[in-house]
Amino acid sequence: MPATGTRDGERPAPERDGPSGARLLDVRDLHVEFRTRDGTVSAVNGVSYHVDAGETLAVLGESGSGKSVTAQAVMGILDSPPGRITGGEIRFRGRDLLRASREERRRIRGARMAMIFQDALSSLNPVLTVGDQLGEMFQVHRGASRRAAKAKAVELMDRVRIPAAKQRVNDYPHQFSGGMRQRIMIAMALALEPDLIIADEPTTALDVTVQAQVMDLLADLRQEYAMGLVLITHDLGVVADVADRIAVMYAGRIMETAPVDQLYRRPAHPYTRGLLDSVPRLDRKGRGLRAVRGLPPDLRRVPPGCEFHPRCPRAREVCVRRRPPLYEVTGEDGTPLPGRASACHFWKDELADAPAR
Amino acid sequence: MHQPVDAEPPPEPEPPPRPGRPEPLLEVRGLQKLYPLTRGVVLRRRTGAVRAVDTVSFGLGRGETLGVVGESGCGKSTVAKLLVHLERPTAGTVRYRGEDITRLSGRALKAVRRNIQMVFQDPYTSLNPRMTVGDIIGEPFEIHPGAAPRGDRRRRVRELLDVVGLNPEYINRYPHQFSGGQRQRIGIARALALNPEVIVADEPVSALDVSVQAQVINLMERLRDEFGLAYVFIAHDLSVVRHISDRVAVMYLGRFVETGTDEEIYEHPTHPYTQALLSAVPVPDPGARERRERILLAGDVPSPADPPSGCRFRTRCWKAEAVCAEKVPELAVPVAFRGRDRPVAHPSACHFAETLPLDRPAPRHVRQAPATGPSGPGGPGPDGG
Repeated sequence: MPATGTRDGERPAPERDGPSGARLLDVRDLHVEFRTRDGTVSAVNGVSYHVDAGETLAVLGESGSGKSVTAQAVMGILDSPPGRITGGEIRFRGRDLLRASREERRRIRGARMAMIFQDALSSLNPVLTVGDQLGEMFQVHRGASRRAAKAKAVELMDRVRIPAAKQRVNDYPHQFSGGMRQRIMIAMALALEPDLIIADEPTTALDVTVQAQVMDLLADLRQEYAMGLVLITHDLGVVADVADRIAVMYAGRIMETAPVDQLYRRPAHPYTRGLLDSVPRLDRKGRGLRAVRGLPPDLRRVPPGCEFHPRCPRAREVCVRRRPPLYEVTGEDGTPLPGRASACHFWKDELADAPAR
Repeated sequence: MHQPVDAEPPPEPEPPPRPGRPEPLLEVRGLQKLYPLTRGVVLRRRTGAVRAVDTVSFGLGRGETLGVVGESGCGKSTVAKLLVHLERPTAGTVRYRGEDITRLSGRALKAVRRNIQMVFQDPYTSLNPRMTVGDIIGEPFEIHPGAAPRGDRRRRVRELLDVVGLNPEYINRYPHQFSGGQRQRIGIARALALNPEVIVADEPVSALDVSVQAQVINLMERLRDEFGLAYVFIAHDLSVVRHISDRVAVMYLGRFVETGTDEEIYEHPTHPYTQALLSAVPVPDPGARERRERILLAGDVPSPADPPSGCRFRTRCWKAEAVCAEKVPELAVPVAFRGRDRPVAHPSACHFAETLPLDRPAPRHVRQAPATGPSGPGGPGPDGG
């Protein structure tokens, strides 16, 4: 339940609190819209999730699920216009960023939380050396001198295991390989030792062997700095490797949340099940993939009732009429399964049908 | 090495049946593609070459699927282009039904091309946005008027739309009115139009969402069974390749480093690169987190303009020794496995090929390849040699 309780649902006192007695990041009932020529696109429709210090939350979803837009809203880098936050709260250590002053938001977002993007080449400035870009963080936020900033930059590059950092600090981004560039992005995010890192598809553009290196690095650093990590991805494999908890998004909503092993073993939402069944697996060669039929919805015309019902094998009449809230998921004997919730009217059936995984 | 999917040893245990196999559809020998690097504008000098594909050989039988896996820059897309004659090879031959197509031109080339079609990676840029779906799928008939009589073409296009699971009523729509998965179906319909025997698919599902990916893979499998198509399926996603392929070739820096049936490659890999690649793939099963032994490779793929001498993988290999820098390992059944049974005894281009208990190994520590510069090979690993 604590995972994504609806706003009015009672929230048990948070257990793993930050120093100030509040969660590191607590997104509540967030709504984001895009006004376009073709109508209003509701990209995020009441998303709630939270992350504690030292924890990895994976936000899993396909394109158009709203996973990146939510993150952009949290980081305050939403393109607006056309994007607009139309409701909800984004609490960082208890402080609602949407109601904080501009200056306060800027301080928090620069130093306390940082973001890593998918495409490192287009996120780095091509005409500045990586040393300048890394050092800039210290010059702007900490008032360091040029020389001190450069020394810090070398230190950071060492920390993300870039070989021969001293020699390479004056190189430009294009002189680095894809994996090394992603390390520089990570170094930049780490520069001011933030409490929270949001990584948006950090390894999607990388090859498998390099992806393994980068994910390893992220996991080590998270532990070393006791940071909270929000990992946004579409890759079920990466999630299984590194996440503590998972939030599955679809059409701008959270469909299911669960601790990682439970989600894979016994999904409580037909969409999660569909995703798990539709990926070919290296360790199993079965005949025929069970594809999810149909296509993700057009966000200008989100289906009534449950967003997933046109593609759902379990859909019944009630699914068209009524949008399911995020139900608390319990075991057969009615004991609540901590951290589990599902936005499906028939989560009980789904849970009961779970095959041995 | 050209048996169809079969876990059992071949019925007639012939010595490596390289030449003279019962009529392979495609027979590729020593394929090589170099892209020259030049300097200067007026006085152009050749300063070297990018060795994109270097002596690649394989065969493809009727109805068979060969999967080619490798990381970006390994030359797998260049192989695709060479197969469909979008590029001419620097050396080597591509025989289709015994005829070398690399030397063909004009009418003869056109005739062969009907039978070897391609599906591209990006369904957003590989369809002309100004043409209707009907025109896109029907265009092959304009180029090969013999394939369908003029009056019959619209009907054929509708039929093709139906075959790939699209509503035939969509014939007058434009590509932008379709989603990525639907566009890829259009690309597949276009490739099917001329009833080819071979389809070369270059990363056909990597631009698609997970839930849609499975739909397209299932479609390709169904079409293969229905029309007896042979595929060369090129992808970086090892799980997808395993799912669809009968045989698999692992590519690194322009060369095939290991080939075999899907079982041979995925259950009994003997080349260190294949082993590292497989161990790096995240498995969607959190329970496997602790059980898995990961081989983390150090560094990046070297530049194909200046590949390492000898074995091209040696700069990242934990087993590399002096011999690896001197002698190019041949793609053949390694000496150590000659005379052994089929699953382990398959072609692997490594001087120190050995099997690894990859599947459910006893908990061991992560093995880290030594960080080596491009010049110095690392010493033997914990169990090297």
